[in-house]
Amino acid sequence: MMRFMLLFSRQGKLRLQKWYTATAERDKKKMVRELMQVVLARKPKMCSFLEWRDLKIVYKRYASLYFCCAVEEHDNELITLEVIHRFVELLDKYFGSVCELDIIFNFEKAYFILDEFLMGGEIQDTSKKSVLKAIEQADLLQEEDESPRSVLEEMGLA
Amino acid sequence: MALKIVKGSIDRMFDKNLQDLVRGIRNHKDDEAKYISTCIDEIKQELKQDNIAVKANAVCKLTYLQMLGYDVSWAAFNIVEVMSSSKFTYKRIGYLAASQCFHEGTDVIMLTTNQIRKDLSSPNQYDTGVALTGLSCFVTPDLARDLANDIMTLMSHTKPYIRKKAVLIMYKVFLKYPESLRPAFPRLKEKLEDPDPGVQSAAVNVICELARRNPKNYLSLAPLFFKLMTSSTNNWVLIKIIKLFGALTPLEPRLGKKLIEPLTNLIHSTSAMSLLYECVNTVIAVLISLSSGMPNHSASIQLCVQKLRILIEDSDQNLKYLGLLAMSKILKTHPKSVQSHKDLILQCLDDKDESIRLRALDLLYGMVSKKNLMEIVKKLMLHVDKAEGTTYRDELLTKIIDICSQSNFQYITNFEWYISILVELTRLEGTRHGHLIASQMLDVAIRVKAIRGFAVAQMATLLDNAHLLTGNTQRNGICEVLYAAAWICGEFSEHLEDPMQTLEAMLRPKVATLPGHIQAVYVQNAAKLFATVLRKHDGETESQAAQETSQLLIDRLPLFVQSANLEVQERASCILQLVKYIQKLQQKNVEVAEEVTALFAGELNPVAPKAQKKVPIPEGLDLDAWINEPPSESESEDEKPKAVFAKEEPKHSRSRHTEVDEKELARRREVRKQEQANNPFYIKASPSSQKVYDAPGVEHIPVVQIDLSVPLKVPGMPMSDQYLKLEVERRQKEKAERKKKEKKKKREKRGKERKADSGPESEEDITPAHQVDIVTEEMPENALPSDDDDKDPNDPHKALDIDLDKYVPYCRHLQFIHVLHIVYDIQGNHQDESKVVVSVIFENKSDSFLKSMEFNVLDSLNSKLQRPEGAGAHDSLTVPFQLPPGQDTHAFLFVSSVSVSIVAVCIDCFLMQSDESSTHEKLDFKLHFTCTSYLITTPCYSDAYAKLLESGDLKGSSLRLEGINMPFHHLLARICFHHHFSVVERIDSCASMYSRSIQGHHVCLLVKTTVSIDAKCDEPSLLGNVLDEIKQTFSKC
Repeated sequence: MMRFMLLFSRQGKLRLQKWYTATAERDKKKMVRELMQVVLARKPKMCSFLEWRDLKIVYKRYASLYFCCAVEEHDNELITLEVIHRFVELLDKYFGSVCELDIIFNFEKAYFILDEFLMGGEIQDTSKKSVLKAIEQADLLQEEDESPRSVLEEMGLA
Repeated sequence: MALKIVKGSIDRMFDKNLQDLVRGIRNHKDDEAKYISTCIDEIKQELKQDNIAVKANAVCKLTYLQMLGYDVSWAAFNIVEVMSSSKFTYKRIGYLAASQCFHEGTDVIMLTTNQIRKDLSSPNQYDTGVALTGLSCFVTPDLARDLANDIMTLMSHTKPYIRKKAVLIMYKVFLKYPESLRPAFPRLKEKLEDPDPGVQSAAVNVICELARRNPKNYLSLAPLFFKLMTSSTNNWVLIKIIKLFGALTPLEPRLGKKLIEPLTNLIHSTSAMSLLYECVNTVIAVLISLSSGMPNHSASIQLCVQKLRILIEDSDQNLKYLGLLAMSKILKTHPKSVQSHKDLILQCLDDKDESIRLRALDLLYGMVSKKNLMEIVKKLMLHVDKAEGTTYRDELLTKIIDICSQSNFQYITNFEWYISILVELTRLEGTRHGHLIASQMLDVAIRVKAIRGFAVAQMATLLDNAHLLTGNTQRNGICEVLYAAAWICGEFSEHLEDPMQTLEAMLRPKVATLPGHIQAVYVQNAAKLFATVLRKHDGETESQAAQETSQLLIDRLPLFVQSANLEVQERASCILQLVKYIQKLQQKNVEVAEEVTALFAGELNPVAPKAQKKVPIPEGLDLDAWINEPPSESESEDEKPKAVFAKEEPKHSRSRHTEVDEKELARRREVRKQEQANNPFYIKASPSSQKVYDAPGVEHIPVVQIDLSVPLKVPGMPMSDQYLKLEVERRQKEKAERKKKEKKKKREKRGKERKADSGPESEEDITPAHQVDIVTEEMPENALPSDDDDKDPNDPHKALDIDLDKYVPYCRHLQFIHVLHIVYDIQGNHQDESKVVVSVIFENKSDSFLKSMEFNVLDSLNSKLQRPEGAGAHDSLTVPFQLPPGQDTHAFLFVSSVSVSIVAVCIDCFLMQSDESSTHEKLDFKLHFTCTSYLITTPCYSDAYAKLLESGDLKGSSLRLEGINMPFHHLLARICFHHHFSVVERIDSCASMYSRSIQGHHVCLLVKTTVSIDAKCDEPSLLGNVLDEIKQTFSKC
């Protein structure tokens, strides 16, 4: 089971964090800081895995962003790497060649995509198509919410 | 009112949205904190408005700020408000914020129960989905208890989108509320064969997680998983299943044998590295559990090692790393297969990736043998010299020591070589591991008696050259070895060639710059050396040398007496006084040597770690009890003034004590000796441990003569290499001798069989350079053997260790002897209130194949089987699967419609079955529908609840439960869970609960901690039945 996933930039700015086990805010901050240091200190040609505390860390850098997952001792590192890649693909499909700014400015969308892909630390759907479909449908629902209301309606005058 | 709304909307146009906030933060890089604090003030204003859109926007911004590390817990209530918006847009944001910010300590979580329940049963699947996703992040034990039933129902939802989410979240629910596992399990198992691949993989995921923690409860699922494994093509699912098998095989070796073949097939065929890696790992795990009793697995091991070699040779660093990792697992049981790839592993030490080098080091640890230890360590020493960065070099250093010292120095044949390696390691600059080297030196010197002479000589050289180690302040870590050196020289000073020189080295003024604890050891051991010097000159009358030594100590020790370190000070002044006294005696020509030596007589034996902990507390000994009752405070207050006036009194009593005569003393001494002999805590000279040292022959072991004046640095070649060379020569010589002997034997046998040369030397052929007596650590006599004090009692998975094959009290069982086993469960149906859903699991217990089964219900006034459209009123349903003989279990779901009043009813059913010889059989059975089955967990707010009670439509009844001794919240949880109630309100010692029947009857309970239940309901017969069932539930436990 995945314990948490972090996205952070080359400069050590956190862009996304998802915790699949309840963790106190203080511990979260400490772990994030520590882990960012460890990962950023690694040289580019190094392998994507490292052991950290009692967890296995799997990370990969895409452009300026690090995608970093913490999995449990018996989990498969390669499949975790694939999970990261799949998530990047999903973001890419959704935003259309995604960049760091997309995730900064639409961070809630990035979370929604992640939530459709992973839940409780497990892969929810192995099919890219069905994940994207679910997101599209939910977005559509959101637009329905928003579109029929004119400004006047909103003001309660219509 | 309208004006207010208009004003709100206009305000809103000027509000920052998330994008503005992000942009703002990026534009205020210099004063980010200040900017954000103004933003938070704005957000607080926005949250005060009534407009939900404004609130949602504010909460969205807060979620962003939370990620940046700002505390937003104060807005928890606002988040709940946004969650409960009817608009999906806002609900989505609310749940996102909750999943990011809420945790078990968030108190508003308890307000969300009813909202979540409402969302879970929403007709819109995305509302349900969002609620499930959010809940998976912040589910608490209370939420899990209250919502377990709702989520279980969702596992059979018509939409796969909901089903898969419901299945996944069940794992979190189990963790928080373990009682839900048993009733939910049949349905979870059913989902393994869900038509939707997403739901199926979700179920596999959850069961794998469960089984990995408590594998024994899931053994019965093995056949089902085996089928899945051979039929599935989804790599993600396959990996999970294979991993699950890895957890199951240690418990069921037969399973392992069955697995090897399909796994090796997969290894051959798959192109996915992740799957290959998983298969290899599982094959290794299986082989480890099979390691005895399976003759033909060397082929599989070879295959794995081969594949791993390919991974390690790959240019992809990731594969290389994992290859090494998996290799180390094989190493544990099949070291021979790995050792043949030593070249490859040693190559990895040159890799530019440090983590790969470290993995390779780990492997080397397991690969050493008596034969190759020296060679491998030599390679490592070269790496130590080359290594950049202290962390990696330190790692190398610890590995070298680990490798050499593993399993009680098992692989070391030449301890001179090891000591010289340790001495060489002290030359490392800036290492943190000085204490490690030091403890090794001590360990070897104490436990390997034969090496003491050599060790002492080396340590003396180290002490003499101490300035090399301490010269640089950066190399502080390494001065720890001086601690060991001083101790060894002192303790085994009889081996010293020139104790006087060493003594001088230990008392140099420079020593005062060393850390305090090292100085203390220096001082103490200087005294031991002093004793040795005295003894050396024993017998010489008016020995000039002995007196000079005393003078040396008297001159140098005052420096230590002034030390700021208390221990140094104390030891120094004690010894100084002693030496001064001895000097006086020497001047009088009194023989002192023997007595001084007696001060340091006796061996110090190594003691096993945890030795103290392992002594069991003898019966009847209470360590917490007072030995003497402490005087009560009031007494001591009274005594104080007394003491001022009564000074004489205690003197009297004391003098009385001293009047005990010699006889009495001798008697007491005897008694004490007796007591000590029987006391396990008293450290006494145990004859058994003494024996180890007095073992015959140890003292007479021939020690290879070594030039003791080996300098610290041999120019051109490190000295450990000399030993390596010596060792190789020695081994060759031995080998040659052995050959000669063999030849002799052969000649005697007239060379009938020409035996090939023994090829590579086997382990046993290598004899140690000299017999070494490795002293094992001491253990108290009655120590306990157990070593499992490291288990975590707080592991949440412990609670999930539930035997799922045991009969479940709340699912009902029917068994037709030797033929069929049926388990069924009844639940109200949310979508259609006139129906209940009956889930049935059939299990074929017979030897024959059940080809077709038909299921029918004799419809009555109360109940009717729902048949497919177009079917006649008495047609039976064909069970849509066949049951092979054996353990296979299948699940089946159908709907039965209900009408008229609800009382417990029995449905007469029968099942037609036929097997190959087409014998038909009809089995009649009854399904017992309890009233609880017709209750649906329905949320109810406390005000509505109060109104309901006030209305006066409800009839009352009450019940007392006897002999219940469980915590109140467990009691409530049970009622919630088994009888589909929800808690409306809990106040101190009582709780009000509510449920509704599918026909709309209200049932209200007031449960008190005195375990009495007052119940009210608008349908008296239903009420009576429900209370009876509650009583039954609790009589079972």
